[in-house]
Amino acid sequence: MSDMSLNSRPASGLLGSALRSPSFMIGFLLTLLFVLAAVISFFWVPYDVTVLNIPNKLKAPSLEHWFGTDIFGRDIFSMIMVGARVSIAVALVAVGIGIVAGVPLGLLAAARHGSLLDEVIMRGNDLVFAFPALLIAIMITAVFGPGAINAIIAIGIFNIPVFARLARGAALSLWTRDYVLAARVAGKGQARISAEHILPNILNLLIVQGTIQFSLGILAEAGLAFVGLGTQPPLPSWGRMLAEHQTLYALAPQTVIFPGLAIVLTVLGLNLMGDGLRDIFDPRLRRAR
Amino acid sequence: MQSHIRTFAIAGVLAVSTALTPAAFAADTEVTLGAQLEPPNLDPTGGAAAAIDEVTYSNVFEGLTRFTSDGSVVPGLAESWEISDDGKVYTFKLREGVKFHDGSDFTAEDVKFSLDRINAEESTNAQKALYADIESVEVVDPSTVKVTLSKPNGSILFNLAWGDAVIVAPETAATNATNPVGTGAFKFDDWVEGDHIDLVKNPDYWGEPAKLEKVTFKFISDPNAAFAAVMAGDVDSFMPFPAPENLAQFEADPRFNVVVGSTEGETILSTNNKQPPFDNPKVREALAHAIDRSAIIDGAMFGYGTPIGTHFAPHNPAYVDLTSQSDYDPEMAKKLLAEAGFADGFTTTLKLPPPSYARRGGEIIAAQLRDVGIETEISNLEWAQWLEQVFKGKDYGLTIVSHTEPMDIGIYARPDYYFQYDSPEFQKIMEDLNNTTDPAKRTELLQAAQKKIADDYVNGYLFQLANTGVVNAKLKGIWPNRPTQANDMTSVYWED
Repeated sequence: MSDMSLNSRPASGLLGSALRSPSFMIGFLLTLLFVLAAVISFFWVPYDVTVLNIPNKLKAPSLEHWFGTDIFGRDIFSMIMVGARVSIAVALVAVGIGIVAGVPLGLLAAARHGSLLDEVIMRGNDLVFAFPALLIAIMITAVFGPGAINAIIAIGIFNIPVFARLARGAALSLWTRDYVLAARVAGKGQARISAEHILPNILNLLIVQGTIQFSLGILAEAGLAFVGLGTQPPLPSWGRMLAEHQTLYALAPQTVIFPGLAIVLTVLGLNLMGDGLRDIFDPRLRRAR
Repeated sequence: MQSHIRTFAIAGVLAVSTALTPAAFAADTEVTLGAQLEPPNLDPTGGAAAAIDEVTYSNVFEGLTRFTSDGSVVPGLAESWEISDDGKVYTFKLREGVKFHDGSDFTAEDVKFSLDRINAEESTNAQKALYADIESVEVVDPSTVKVTLSKPNGSILFNLAWGDAVIVAPETAATNATNPVGTGAFKFDDWVEGDHIDLVKNPDYWGEPAKLEKVTFKFISDPNAAFAAVMAGDVDSFMPFPAPENLAQFEADPRFNVVVGSTEGETILSTNNKQPPFDNPKVREALAHAIDRSAIIDGAMFGYGTPIGTHFAPHNPAYVDLTSQSDYDPEMAKKLLAEAGFADGFTTTLKLPPPSYARRGGEIIAAQLRDVGIETEISNLEWAQWLEQVFKGKDYGLTIVSHTEPMDIGIYARPDYYFQYDSPEFQKIMEDLNNTTDPAKRTELLQAAQKKIADDYVNGYLFQLANTGVVNAKLKGIWPNRPTQANDMTSVYWED
């Protein structure tokens, strides 16, 4: 590659600054915790979350049930593990939709900067952006019925303009660079330049934004589930756990504290990690160190 | 100096305590009731919503007969009546000196107008079927009305007690939806949509006047907000209270009484009898045995509710306990499913309306059905969607709902009703019932009807909804039971 990117450094350098960044490390560890919980839940959970045990309901946290039991006597710890799987899957696919659809759109718009196509793409994105995301998500699930799949699609659609704008903005500034000019002189087409020279150089921005969008996706999934439009029972979901137990906050606080904490910590972790990543990738900040 | 400080401290405490309880001083003739659902309009003769009756029944509007708290039917605007020997002609003697809230007199003409209106072609009455047997209404004199039936109907006095048959004046009938004018002990005062409805005492009431000057219905749909409103004293009574899990907290608080009464709400796992595989009685029988009622009552209702084995209220004298016929027996359920050709189970839909009995009960039932091999796809619906998809569209496999109308076993005789049970045998029983006035014979027929639907396992019969609510300990006269959809405030008062 002729254009070993402007920002890239030896991996050990990146790792080193990562290890030195406390916000990245805290965020990374929190995220890792929930990803691990989700992964482990595929192989093992303390209790089956689809089996109700009503005589055992609303038990306080104990050695047997670390986080206590919910209104149907299910183990809250197990539900949070499986719920992590749902949250992460929904957010991951939603961010994936945003990247897969949004980034090429943004790159295309940047390549054809000033053309009608650019206008159409960007105004289309503005249109989607103009609506409050959660409102449209509620509309989509109301029309097509509630469920995890529709929640993913709804959240995913709102990630498209985020990535399209980011990609276009970052790509535009790169199109004026000399190495892009050199590539054009060498006869490379717009598509090839976008893929070979632009994309690798905006990747760090996309990763940072992806992390932030990921946390917003988790929040959106919890919000949709809270109003009953996300994942449907019996699959546990953090948002629905909160909604189902909101009248029990005084009687059995563990039923709302733990799912609430799970949401807060995951979102916090992802945001810290995103902030940390931005600092690590940002050459100006790196030079200052 | 020290005593000064103490005086200030006491004065401060007094000031705070009066500031916190302004209601305690103003409330001796005013009551604020909490309710979860706001009525769409205030005309009980023009809509099915229970919330309409919950505000207006007996308070604003009255019928010829009326329900009392224990569910019996007593004279209302009709003082007395005579029934002809063939059971077809009812002659009602009306009360005299009754005035509508707008000052006009209540006469036999109003009765004729109201009853004719129910059966008119353009009528939007939600319970038309109850009054279909009324052939003609004749004004004998201003205080006598003769109602002629096309065939004897033993339940007509009962049917006339429903909110759907209240007497309205021709002049105001068209505007009752927003400005109800009736004959009741309370007059409509104000409606702030989305918030509250005020009723004030009717000083010219014909009967015993109301003890309260003002009744406010405050609409709070969120159970958490309802809990906070009761705890803060913003509402004096909330019946039924939407979250049974909070009742224990009210019970522990001396300011409140927790009331547990009966309702007419048979909570059932409604089954689409025309949708395969539920068209197979064996599958429905398996369903009945797969359900553990006690787990549902305990898990969804925190123990409030009475198990039922058929579509009938257990507090009714004609009730037969058929719960043992559909005992919880998952092995039996699996065997029946295998006999029906579903040894590997099947998948169906479970569509749940918003109340917690449905949402929570649905999750429990889904888990119980999973144990016998029936997978359910749960979808939580809002009431409007539920009415559209399930009640009208009949696009469902299973649903959970509480049928709160009194004595509504007759719905099983309607083949186009949403659970689509079509049994000529049952329809015959209902027809016989309508043609019978002898109480002993009627009881016999009602019991035959209960057994028939239990034998056919039409629906999964879960429990009778309890009327659980919370009332300020000083407020007296609130109906503990809910024989119909009503909050009768006419004899409610504050105890000193």
